[in-house]
Amino acid sequence: MTLYTALIVMGLLGLTLGAIIGVFVKLFKVEQDNRAELALELLPGANCGGCGKAGCADFARALAAGEVMPGNCPVSSLEQRAAIALALEIDAGSVARKQAVVCCRADIGAEEMNYNGIQDCNAANLVAGGPTTCRYGCLGLGSCARVCPFGAIEIIGRVAVVHPELCTGCGQCARICPRNVIKMVPANANIHVYCNSPEKAAVKRSLCKAGCLGCRKCEKLLPGKIKFDGLLAVVDYDATDAITPADIEKCNCPVHGIMTEKERCAVAREAAGGKRV
Amino acid sequence: MKYLELTVGAVLVYNFVLSRFLGICPFLGVSKRLSTAMGMSGAVIFVMALASCITSAISNYLLEFTVAGTVVKLDFLRILLFILVIAALVQLLEIMMQKLTPALYRALGIYLPLITTNCAVLGAATINAESGRSVLDSTIFGAFSGVGFALALLLFSSIREKLELAAPPKAFEGTPIALVTAGILAMAFTGFAGLC
Repeated sequence: MTLYTALIVMGLLGLTLGAIIGVFVKLFKVEQDNRAELALELLPGANCGGCGKAGCADFARALAAGEVMPGNCPVSSLEQRAAIALALEIDAGSVARKQAVVCCRADIGAEEMNYNGIQDCNAANLVAGGPTTCRYGCLGLGSCARVCPFGAIEIIGRVAVVHPELCTGCGQCARICPRNVIKMVPANANIHVYCNSPEKAAVKRSLCKAGCLGCRKCEKLLPGKIKFDGLLAVVDYDATDAITPADIEKCNCPVHGIMTEKERCAVAREAAGGKRV
Repeated sequence: MKYLELTVGAVLVYNFVLSRFLGICPFLGVSKRLSTAMGMSGAVIFVMALASCITSAISNYLLEFTVAGTVVKLDFLRILLFILVIAALVQLLEIMMQKLTPALYRALGIYLPLITTNCAVLGAATINAESGRSVLDSTIFGAFSGVGFALALLLFSSIREKLELAAPPKAFEGTPIALVTAGILAMAFTGFAGLC
């Protein structure tokens, strides 16, 4: 008897609930957009957040809704963008490919204080302004290297160095850096000024041997290629006539702050004595 | 006074996660970030209150009835009935929310299916049925049990966010240190024992 009661009651209940859910699904039907799934399959799938959305799935939804264009994904190749645009029948749009560069040579210039707290840049930066004498330089504790989804950042000695051939320009590192020493520059530029401090030369010189002196020699010798942001020289990435390695020699910067990426990497390795810290 | 006892008891003294050890799965699963923990908390409060209300109505009025002169008692089917009803209820709710309140659906939507058969939700329903509470009392108990769950989850996720920055020994990284933290939190909550 009990068995039959149980069977009947549960069977009826199951049927009723199933029927009700079935009716509700028809009644409250929402048009699903399968274009988002289509776009998701074609996206790089790195979930790097470089587009400003919460991962590729969110970006795909925005794509389907027409809020963004495929070109807003900074890490996708031109072919991928074209494929997405074709699949969704929309305009591809374009965004200039970028790359990150750590504008600092603290490894050969700045003094370091004794810090043995949590080995994370954001944590270290909270303790009395961070363990380097210069408040604008790289801390070298590797928060950027850990957050990089592409493994493009290496800590060489006491500073982070970006390997441009691996960098996709998603900008995660620039967002996590507490010192804002990582700059997003056009991907085709490979010569940069490796200093980030806006301080006066006298102050800077007492803290770091490698800081830009603000002498304006480069600006005079290479007009239109180097510009000044206050007291700090920066490469003019929008210049029609881009800076070349020959220009570096011509300018002969007194602190050798203008370098190609290759040279920067070599200098860092030399300073670290070939060993990692 | 009775309601004060009911609510304080549900939130602090007999906290679902830290005293009764129910609903540990979402407690560990969605506590990595405060934002997702908030979404989950909202969904749990909502579902627990609703499920408590419906299930207590079932256990109070529908578990015993007479068919053709014979009394049918369905007490032994209680847990099965509860699971079925709660699951169907949440499913219906999800379908309706998606259509009627898309904003709320986006906030709670992905967490709702996760907690349909959560043991905290079923636990609240069973505890209500066993203590013979009225429908109103059950709903209040369910809602505040959800608040207790939310409190535990939010506390825990805030701690875990900080813990991400710390450097524990290699063997303790990730889940082990989270479990140790959960244990310490539970010990802290024993301080509320005997309050009511």
